[in-house]
Amino acid sequence: MSAVQAKKINIVQAINMALHDAMELDSSVVVLGEDIADREGGGVFKCTAGLSGKFGTGRVKSTPIAEQAIVGAAVGGALAGLRPVAEIMLMNFTTVAMDQIVNHAAKLRFMTGGQTHVPLVIRTTTGAGFGTGGQHADYLEAWFAHTAGLKVVAPSNPADAYGLLLSCIFDDDPCIFIENLPLYFVPGEAPVPGQRVPIGKAKVVQEGTDITLISYSKTLHEVIAAAKDLAKEGVSAEVIDLRTISPLDMPTIIASVAKTGRAVVAHEAQVDFGVGAEISARLHKELFGTLKAPVARVGAARSPVPFSKPLESAFVPTKERILAAIRETLK
Amino acid sequence: MSETKQPGKATLLEIYRIATLIKTADDRFIALIKAGQIASPYYSPRGQELIPAAISVSLTPADYVVTTYRGIHDQLAKGIPLKPFVAELFGRATGTCKGKGGPMHVTHVASGLPVTTGIVGAGLPIANGLAWASQLKGTDQVTVVNFGDGASNIGAFHEALNLAAVWKLPVIFVCQNNGYAEHTKYEYGTGAATIADRGLAYGIPGVEVDGNDAVAMWQAASTAIARARAGEGPTLLEANTFRFRGHLMGDDSHYIAKEEMAAAIAADPLPRFRAWLIEQGHATDGQLADIEATNVAAFEEAVEFGLASPYPDVSELDKDVVAEGVQA
Repeated sequence: MSAVQAKKINIVQAINMALHDAMELDSSVVVLGEDIADREGGGVFKCTAGLSGKFGTGRVKSTPIAEQAIVGAAVGGALAGLRPVAEIMLMNFTTVAMDQIVNHAAKLRFMTGGQTHVPLVIRTTTGAGFGTGGQHADYLEAWFAHTAGLKVVAPSNPADAYGLLLSCIFDDDPCIFIENLPLYFVPGEAPVPGQRVPIGKAKVVQEGTDITLISYSKTLHEVIAAAKDLAKEGVSAEVIDLRTISPLDMPTIIASVAKTGRAVVAHEAQVDFGVGAEISARLHKELFGTLKAPVARVGAARSPVPFSKPLESAFVPTKERILAAIRETLK
Repeated sequence: MSETKQPGKATLLEIYRIATLIKTADDRFIALIKAGQIASPYYSPRGQELIPAAISVSLTPADYVVTTYRGIHDQLAKGIPLKPFVAELFGRATGTCKGKGGPMHVTHVASGLPVTTGIVGAGLPIANGLAWASQLKGTDQVTVVNFGDGASNIGAFHEALNLAAVWKLPVIFVCQNNGYAEHTKYEYGTGAATIADRGLAYGIPGVEVDGNDAVAMWQAASTAIARARAGEGPTLLEANTFRFRGHLMGDDSHYIAKEEMAAAIAADPLPRFRAWLIEQGHATDGQLADIEATNVAAFEEAVEFGLASPYPDVSELDKDVVAEGVQA
């Protein structure tokens, strides 16, 4: 392995690197959001640090706290030939801009009969664990995945964050790029510069024969930890990192579950009406009769994200809760 | 202030041509719906024709116009080709949007009409993005975004005006104030004495103009457009007007006092402008009649084209959703 590949970086650095590389490659790539220019600190999480210094405040624009204005400007810019990357600081704040995202970004290609398309990325972060309570930590990916016209990705590591962000920026459709706040500073293998990760391609991160564990974003790490425990007990789990939520990579999922006959889907969003429900429905349709157990789902409690630490710890799908679901499925 | 500019004869006649084309389209479209030849929700702009007509003569094909579900006047003024325009209103495959947009969402990118929204106020933030792209590319394109008085009470209006001000964007925010937000009278629903006053809150010029006066409208619009082209930033233009045919076709305007409606119709800006053009010696009755007849003939040809056009194939449901077509 080369020295570059052996190097470790975190997701913040990976995102910064992807934005930098995309802006260098294509002058139509622009970035906007609250506090993102260096004058305002390069973003509250520093994902955009240094970009305005290098590419100018015309292409890297701090905005007022006005999410409709941010996403609207991104939509208009995309219609006029730019490739805007809008940072919506936290996923809950996308709710303020839902009209622009759902009624406009997602639909304009179709509603104009293909005359236009909206190549924008909305980067946003979320996740429980830092005690940010009920309005700063929700996983809302199902809302977006439910909307025709949007692509939704949620990387779990720096290399995928880099490669998927590049793919999203150069994709001709609106992409919702979901980051996880507690994962921001976890180091991982550095990406190969310029190497894109395709949208819509899941990754089998561990091969196995007894059960398929499907996850993404931060919960994937809990799933991997659970799989390690299972290995000690002699259970061979196959682990799939979805990476892209919509479009779902069903061929990879089906191939795995056809082999193992059992599946557990785990994500930090609440279970009800979630991504796990969609995967479960599709698996039951495709593999009904060959499944050895019903597809199980693990997710957050059906409550707003709580503040108090013991509540917050119980709210998220922990390794223990994932293991319990796996054991039930293996019965 | 320098001496007020006056539009030339050719400009005045072009404004008249556009305004009467809009009226022709509106009359004909309503007749087709009433006759049961087409089925469609329809938001008539009757009474508001002079506003886009007087704006459009200062625009180039490269400039953008963003409008709303009540938008056929803005689209016709921007120069949308009649046949695919009408076909889109009819939901046909030959429409500008292959019938997928419909009367609330007619767009035609080649004419500079990239967005027609059915969501009140949503066009304003998008207009900023179009203008941002022009600013970055260093073109002198401007973006005109049209909306009603009701939109000035929604959050997107305020977010957009503020961002346009701080980014100094080449946008002209045109509020076509027809006095009613759906069924709600301006005085009940809007705290500000005028919408133009709201410009002050964002540090941008707010200009109130009689939208039913072609010359005043042309003057205000051409000034705001020149300002945007010169890189001097956005303007909020409030064009006062009236809506003769309700919010949505079928609405009998019961919430408007009969006398108010009668007075507005008695002051119909189109016949008034026509009489003024003749009186001022800009045109003869015969010349204006020729313009009107040409409009009717051209529109009728478009209607025939639209009615003869096929509906889109059902397979179109799977197309244009994402770049790849169907979404997995």
